Amino acid sequence: MTSSGQCSSAADSAAGSRRLFGEELEARLDAILFASHSHRSATGIAAGLESLSRAQQERLLHWVAVAAQTYAEIGYLIVTLAPQAFGMLDDAGFDAWALAGLDAFDRAGARAAMALLRDLEGFRAVRGGEKASVRFGEIETRLSRFVHALSGRLLGLSASIANSSWTDSETIYLPPQLDSQPGAEANRKLYKVLAAMLWAQTRYGTFGSARIDLAAALAPWRESADRQRALRWLAALESMRLEAKILADLPGLGAEIASARGLWPASLAAMQSHLYRPDATLADTLAVLAGCMHGHQDAPHLPHEVTIDLEAALRLRAARITRDQATLGRAIHALKGSAGRSGQRAECAAPLAAEGGVATEGPLEDALALPPEALAAAQSLLQDLGEVPPECLVPAGPGAWQATRRQAGGENLDSQRDPGRLYDEWDYRRKAYRRDWCHLYEADVPAGAADYVETVNKRHAALIRQLRRRFEMLRGENRLLGRQSEGEEIDLDALVDAMADRRSGVEPSARLFCRRIRNQRSLAAMFMIDMSGSTKGWVNDAEREALVMLCEALESLGDTYAVYGFSGWTRTRCDIYRIKRFDECYGPAVCARIAGVEAKDYTRMGVAIRHLTQLLLRQSARHRLLVTLSDGRPDDFGDEYRGRYGIEDTRRALQEAREQGVRSYCVTIDRHGADYLSHMYGAARYTVLADVKKLPLKIAEIYRRLAS
Amino acid sequence: MKADTLAPRLPQIEEEPFYRSIADEVALFEAAAAQRLPVLLKGPTGCGKTRFVEHMAWRLKRPLVTVACHDDLTTADLVGRYLIVGNETVWVDGPLTAAVRAGAICYLDEVVEARKDTIVVIHPLADARRVLSVDKRGEMVAAPDAFMLVISYNPGYQSVLKEIKPSTRQRFVALDFDYPEATVEADIVAREGGVDDDVARRLVKLGELTRNLKGAGLDEGASTRLLIHAAQLMAAGIAPQSACRTAVARALSDDTDMADTLDDLVRAVF
Repeated sequence: MTSSGQCSSAADSAAGSRRLFGEELEARLDAILFASHSHRSATGIAAGLESLSRAQQERLLHWVAVAAQTYAEIGYLIVTLAPQAFGMLDDAGFDAWALAGLDAFDRAGARAAMALLRDLEGFRAVRGGEKASVRFGEIETRLSRFVHALSGRLLGLSASIANSSWTDSETIYLPPQLDSQPGAEANRKLYKVLAAMLWAQTRYGTFGSARIDLAAALAPWRESADRQRALRWLAALESMRLEAKILADLPGLGAEIASARGLWPASLAAMQSHLYRPDATLADTLAVLAGCMHGHQDAPHLPHEVTIDLEAALRLRAARITRDQATLGRAIHALKGSAGRSGQRAECAAPLAAEGGVATEGPLEDALALPPEALAAAQSLLQDLGEVPPECLVPAGPGAWQATRRQAGGENLDSQRDPGRLYDEWDYRRKAYRRDWCHLYEADVPAGAADYVETVNKRHAALIRQLRRRFEMLRGENRLLGRQSEGEEIDLDALVDAMADRRSGVEPSARLFCRRIRNQRSLAAMFMIDMSGSTKGWVNDAEREALVMLCEALESLGDTYAVYGFSGWTRTRCDIYRIKRFDECYGPAVCARIAGVEAKDYTRMGVAIRHLTQLLLRQSARHRLLVTLSDGRPDDFGDEYRGRYGIEDTRRALQEAREQGVRSYCVTIDRHGADYLSHMYGAARYTVLADVKKLPLKIAEIYRRLAS
Repeated sequence: MKADTLAPRLPQIEEEPFYRSIADEVALFEAAAAQRLPVLLKGPTGCGKTRFVEHMAWRLKRPLVTVACHDDLTTADLVGRYLIVGNETVWVDGPLTAAVRAGAICYLDEVVEARKDTIVVIHPLADARRVLSVDKRGEMVAAPDAFMLVISYNPGYQSVLKEIKPSTRQRFVALDFDYPEATVEADIVAREGGVDDDVARRLVKLGELTRNLKGAGLDEGASTRLLIHAAQLMAAGIAPQSACRTAVARALSDDTDMADTLDDLVRAVF
């Protein structure tokens, strides 16, 4: 057994490893290439292949055969280049090289294919990079949370079109792909370092402070080339200053940046004593910058180079400062109105420098008294200006802050007019309702594919089972547990048994009580689903899957629930689509409607919230819950509803719901988050999902947290 | 059948529990105690509510009865019940009754978790009447001056079913709690965790960063308690990054993406 086994394997390996000689190769190549009418002869080139291993020879012959079926000339080229190619590429690399050549032929013809195959050096470089390169999409979620945690205020993350990294002070733009580092891990790190440097620009005052106007400071270099050079120097010098800042605040991150940076280039190393100090400020950078601009040298390149787009950053920063100041001013005005004393205290407070300590001291000592959005504005100002200037701490005039009382009785439920129903809408500019402004129409969602729900059920069978189990645990039953060791009442049966036991000399059981476990769930939930045009595609897919999960979960829980979609086109056509009514059970008709949920027109949220609140109020449950699901800010055709108007109306509608005893919870799918959310959802609680694919998983979980 | 009673013994707190005062909460609590007013403590988890009550009990030299509320907590669990011992029924005071009789501080932790009908028994104790009605014995127990009722809850919980009814909350003096400001928190972490100031400052920084993520993937940021846990692990010789990962990052989230982000934050700080 053993010997024969050895024998045969030795013979195999001999045949497998013996190299083919020139003549043998020539014969096989001839067979391949002549079969496809090549006018060339294989004689000359076969000799060059003798030095390859048998495995390589076979690999080559395979690819030549494949190529010859497409175009013999490419096969011929692969043969001629093979010795060189095997020298430079590993086996998988060789396969990729040949395949890339064939791809190029399919896409762009013979000339392109030949060029690609001949450029072995270039192919190797690209391939090496591919292995190590990291795409923006891979790190986006992780990095955007990281930046969010660092900044505390909303700082978006986005892939830039060019290959540069910069920030406009509200969004950090990073290259779509990084491959400058030798390994994927190193490139991922570089992404993090770049994001951290850009965050630091916004956090440690690269774009100016209350005392330094960056635009003015850069005024001497107005001419384009000069200006560009100045900005390059500014970026380079700031990386030094900011690194020292980060090192002081976040030592671990600072060390990572330092290791990505390597040694300072000579032209920067000289500045270290000025700038590589945690107490250096933008003023120091500008002083050094003036010196650098005297010379004619250009700024040195750094491995973690970032660029500065001055115009964009300054514009957004100015807008943000104005907005934050207004918010803060209004808050202080409101505060002063309610409690004069604390308002005055805020007024007298001295400006505070943020360099070093973050906003936990100084003028924000009235922190507890300020509403959260004002506090956030103050924090944001501290980051932008380095201080909250005293003028911001003076109350603004009677502003839009003060929520004025609703003037009249609200919607008239009986205003049912043919064909739709009319709802008021809040106009923040008038600080009043526009009466009967929105025309609302209710309709069923047209049935979609009958087997859609079943497909989703199959695809997520495990998850649904898990959801069901979890929700069943929540389900309370009204039942009496007998024979408990403690409880409100004596279990007579158990007592009689125990007495009997005792009389007969057996040790009686001590479990003599019964305990009542009551079903206390009295909850009606309304789900409002965004069916606007912007949900087209994957948001819509995720919504539909989420609905299936949700219905499955809620069915096992036994809560009363309804699902409606909303969309619309101007105030005269606000549509509400029935997916499941409260009094309907989750059956084939509902399933078909879930499948039929599709992206329609616009997002006029206020009226939808008002209408669904009314439907919810007709439910007799003790708790009423409205869960809205949308994919961004409210919007409608035309300019009217867009922007502030829509946000204020939505906010108002949620407040009305709350006043009527309906709790709301808002789920927003917004990759970049936005600072309007906390304002808009003021009266409600909300969550922002960065990744729409998580929606089906998260929605049931959110409901469970809300309702348990 | 004769009804005996079993009364649990309530010990005093001997040693001073460490508590670092943030604002005027100690004075407010003392004033409320002197005026026999019940107190409601609001604040996120792990910010020092329970420790504060322990400290105040020590300071006021009163016994402390703590009840961790849960959704199966019945009135009998609080007030007391008859047990059958041998051939007799014996009355056992519940923690609330025991606290009332002894003139102790009764602390109902996370009171929103308790059932609504259970909470109602504290109503007559929490207003001017200051009596506890023990229905099963037909007894009204009048609270001595030293008795004090303290309840706590975390407004960050998002369940709509769990909010304190106005009729309950309007009987209490409310004290707001939050995570202390950075320097104070570093002080607390250094002291409780047994680490030096630099490590404590870094831990507090980590806490701040995670709190920035509240609502953006995390339900709550790292509490002071978690930071102290991390510090204690470090004091026991665990490497800082690993201590933070175990005590903070893994404790905050099960989500793998989130865990990666939290690891990044840990690395940024240490």
